[in-house]
Amino acid sequence: MKKILTAGAVILMATLAMPAHAELDTDKLKGVKPTAENHPLEKIISGYEFRNKETQMLQDDDFDNPAYIWVDAGEELWSTADGAAGKSCADCHGDATTSMKGVKASYPKWNEAKGKPMTLQQQVNDCRTERMQADEWGWESDEMLGMAAYVASQSRGMPVAVKTDGQMTPWFEKGKDIYYTRVGQLDMSCANCHEDNYGKNIRADMLSQGQINGFPTYRLKWQKLGSVHRRFKGCMKNIRAKPFDVGSDEFVALELYVAWRGQNLPVESPAVRQ
Amino acid sequence: MKASVYVISALAAGAFTVSAVAGEVTAPSQVMVNDEFAVEKSLTGTPGDVAAGRDWFANRKLGNCLACHQNADQASEPFHGEVGPTLDGAGDRWEPAQLRAIISNPKKIFGDQTIMPAFYSDRTGTRTAKKFAGTTILTAQQVEDIIAYVSTLKE
Ligand code: HEC
Ligand code: HEC
Repeated sequence: MKKILTAGAVILMATLAMPAHAELDTDKLKGVKPTAENHPLEKIISGYEFRNKETQMLQDDDFDNPAYIWVDAGEELWSTADGAAGKSCADCHGDATTSMKGVKASYPKWNEAKGKPMTLQQQVNDCRTERMQADEWGWESDEMLGMAAYVASQSRGMPVAVKTDGQMTPWFEKGKDIYYTRVGQLDMSCANCHEDNYGKNIRADMLSQGQINGFPTYRLKWQKLGSVHRRFKGCMKNIRAKPFDVGSDEFVALELYVAWRGQNLPVESPAVRQ
Repeated sequence: MKASVYVISALAAGAFTVSAVAGEVTAPSQVMVNDEFAVEKSLTGTPGDVAAGRDWFANRKLGNCLACHQNADQASEPFHGEVGPTLDGAGDRWEPAQLRAIISNPKKIFGDQTIMPAFYSDRTGTRTAKKFAGTTILTAQQVEDIIAYVSTLKE
């Protein structure tokens, strides 16, 4: 009896201690060299570096990282059949730990059928409607955030590598244009805060470079995971601008451009931020 | 209920509309910066209130000057920003008429690139949220109050 209990406990501990994702070398979050010429930043630094020790520690430990509640739910959904076709993600893609490796690092990505780039969330919904004949998930729903975080975590530690050439070029240019355009009653651009002033406090917050390698991110303020577009929206509202819609062409273009600004940083999803 | 709705919409309309009726307040588009980079004439004709200005300076919904500027006089307020220079001694460095120009529209003083917002300007950025369209961040009197307060910051 005692033996069985101990064996059970050992198995349980072994399961818990198994890394749920690839290793993330936190040294690289301190900064990597841009690979592109004419990159606006000398050093590309993760938002992690600008947060306090407690927040960093929450992210570092998979047991403490609250985002893993969503990641675990995403893993569950991966092999749960849904929709009229009676299929799950796993039916088409098999084992996510191999088939989804590197996927997040390359998004937003050109979609030939749609004739435009798609974010990871849009791709998930495309699979749901086209292949599973299931309903779309809401942009900020727990299901979508969980799936996006589960898929993204398969790329943990891999360098961000979005394509910006060819058909992506006009989208990249559009995103860049939005990044540098001053908007809102406060008349500021993303660059005013995240390029010109990172490392400085703006009231209670230390400004980061506004990188998106950690999304979906668990934000203590939100008490849940949130998407890149939700974050963009928040920043635009703070400067009293009318935000673009989540999933809009404008935000997809901006996401592509901001992803490129973080090219070569390791994927950090799911990150924890204040 | 009705009364409070009225008050809120009156606030949202901003001082500009309200004061235009009064006739003595300078409209945002009429704020003229002279060769000394100063605006000599008071925006309201009513002297600024130092204590009120001190409040607007810290208030996150109004001046929120502390978001970007450190200020030893408000050391008891947590979290002073570092985006702009400290305003300790700003009252020694600037005349009230220059502060009026800076606070109303710093782009005319520091250049178009400055991150500091224009607190009394009718030219807001593109895509301004509906709620704030056509309004100024501060009222003319709030600007005067902050000028009076910042003028007391001496070293
Ligand atoms: C008035 C300053 C300001 C402006 C303008 C601004 N932001 Fe931010 N942003 C912040 C602050 C403060 C935070 C929270 C601290 C941090 O991570 O930098 C933040 C956070 C972010 C984050 C999260 C970073 C992370 O590590 O999780 C992203 C992404 C971001 N901003 C993108 C943008 C984009 C894109 C724009 C333009 C549409 C923009 N921001 C405009 C102040 C600003
Ligand atoms: C978003 C940031 C930001 C906010 C908010 C802000 N400022 Fe500034 N301010 C700056 C910067 C930056 C400068 C320096 C000029 C420059 O580099 O453009 C400056 C310069 C000044 C100066 C000249 C400083 C000196 O000593 O030479 C004064 C005075 C000033 N600001 C007052 C204010 C007041 C009063 C408020 C609030 C009503 C305010 N600022 C709000 C960013 C800001």
